[in-house]
Amino acid sequence: MSEQEILAFDRADAIVDVPTHYCPGCQHGVAHRLAGELLSEMGLTEDTLLVTSIGCSVFLYNYLNVDSVEAPHGRAPAVATGVKRARTDKFVLSYQGDGDLASIGMAEIMHIANRGEKVSIIFVNNTVYGMTGGQMAPTTMEGQKTTTSPNGRDPMKEGQAIRMAEIIASLGGTAYSARVALNNVKNIRKAKKAMKKAFEVQQKGLGFGFIELLATCPTNWRMTPIQANERVESEMIPYFPLGVYKDVTAED
Amino acid sequence: MAKNGEKLFIKGNEAISRGAIAAGLKCYFGYPITPQNDIPEYMSAELPKVGGEFVQAESEVAAANMLIGAAAAGSRCMTSSSSPGVSLKQEAISYLAGSQLPAVIVNMNRGGPGLGDIGPSQGDYFQATKGGGHGDYRTLVLAPGTCQECYDLVIEAFDLAFKYRNPVMILGDAIVGQMKEPVITREVKDHDAAEGKEWRIEGAKDRDHRIIKSLFLTEGSLAGHNQALQAKYDEMAKNTKQELFETEDAELIVVAYGSIGRIVKSTVRKLRAQGHKVGLFRPITLYPFPSEELNKLAKQGKKFLTIEHNLGQMVEDVRLSIRTITDSDFFGFMPGNLPTPDDFEEPILKSLGGK
Repeated sequence: MSEQEILAFDRADAIVDVPTHYCPGCQHGVAHRLAGELLSEMGLTEDTLLVTSIGCSVFLYNYLNVDSVEAPHGRAPAVATGVKRARTDKFVLSYQGDGDLASIGMAEIMHIANRGEKVSIIFVNNTVYGMTGGQMAPTTMEGQKTTTSPNGRDPMKEGQAIRMAEIIASLGGTAYSARVALNNVKNIRKAKKAMKKAFEVQQKGLGFGFIELLATCPTNWRMTPIQANERVESEMIPYFPLGVYKDVTAED
Repeated sequence: MAKNGEKLFIKGNEAISRGAIAAGLKCYFGYPITPQNDIPEYMSAELPKVGGEFVQAESEVAAANMLIGAAAAGSRCMTSSSSPGVSLKQEAISYLAGSQLPAVIVNMNRGGPGLGDIGPSQGDYFQATKGGGHGDYRTLVLAPGTCQECYDLVIEAFDLAFKYRNPVMILGDAIVGQMKEPVITREVKDHDAAEGKEWRIEGAKDRDHRIIKSLFLTEGSLAGHNQALQAKYDEMAKNTKQELFETEDAELIVVAYGSIGRIVKSTVRKLRAQGHKVGLFRPITLYPFPSEELNKLAKQGKKFLTIEHNLGQMVEDVRLSIRTITDSDFFGFMPGNLPTPDDFEEPILKSLGGK
């Protein structure tokens, strides 16, 4: 680096200095970065135990500079429960995609929320199975074409996209549940604030914290990154409304 | 806390629970299923009193996956279940083995396949000793035959789990779980608080971050991992446990494990009193199987009869152990029925008298 160059910002200590493997326009990288920045800013890096799940995001353990354990498909909330019960003094963070969390892992996510485990789960909703090659997810929208809904998702046969942030908010142990989007700078800033809230309720021991991130998958959507961002705005946000669905700190 | 030398009159299931707590159990995760419900019930009442965590999970699947998390954090953790429930736990057991994590899984075997019945059986021998879940791995398996062994072997199970960083299964059944016997407790002083310090997840400070995983995508890395696992299993095989009863001058060795081994011992005692030269070989470690010890007996010219509470599973390991020298007869007592020592007299005498 020449002396004239000035870094606009430093890499957060919770983020490992390696390139990620994600496709162009994928927003896992943005989500990882927000999580890493928050861990650093909140002084949690050395106290965080991370649970990674199955799917594109499994390699999160390579990108966050925190100790981590890998969970089987759908079971990250159960693994996170085990970690937290063994180390109640640590900050426990988990990260799941939509197939992992809302399909095979539906039971585990319901019950971790209902028990009010003091952990934070980041839920990336891009309405498709990414790593396995673009199959239908529980969050795939009506009419959306995927490799296993080639004619578009038919609600009469395949059900409708599941809205997780609302469901999680309805459960007794949830302290915070919100849905945000990563499609523009304004929404990314809001997303970071919401994630911070979810982390804070864990730190305060108030209960379970849940953040749903609407994100893109340009590769499996067969779109350019710009088109994908536009789809988040025009199709996803109207069906998956952004907002805070539960915040026990706001009820004080 | 467990007192040293206290004599209690308790069920096998309670002995397992007390033994686990004596061994320093910190986290228990379970889901009710007959005939092992005494274990989660005991844990829910007693584990919190010693600072441990009890979770009644939403399913057997979740309970076994909670083990992954607690074990990764270096905690002494356990789950218990019975046959159909243990099938549901197998995915997590495969991950525990693949991630080299220590945990104890209790299976109070009931009759199967499917829903079967709630009576005693040894139908899960294959599942317990041959892996059970997906991939190339083994679970270390210990089979108690008495309530005292329930207590002692669960303590040993935790030590072995941490020594080898591998899941360890206690394989019992409704007989040993539900019967009451005197059990002498003991204090366990040496379960080291530093256990797992070099590998557990505890927060990355002043070192590189640790990743506990079973995914090995780079070419050759899974091969290396699986070779390391195999080396571990080979090491385990050097220390098998077995009970030899009246084997020295015996012409016929009956091979039986767990509750059935215990019942066969009574038959052997009775037949000995009648002058029959029979003995009992009771494997306590079912995986690794005590092949070498059995082979020594085969070299001495003994005949063999394997008795199991199933259609014939362990007999395959017995035959493998002695295959270059001799064979073993087999007598299977049908699951769903409770055997008495008398039930085994005829098959033993038949094998003794046979060629």
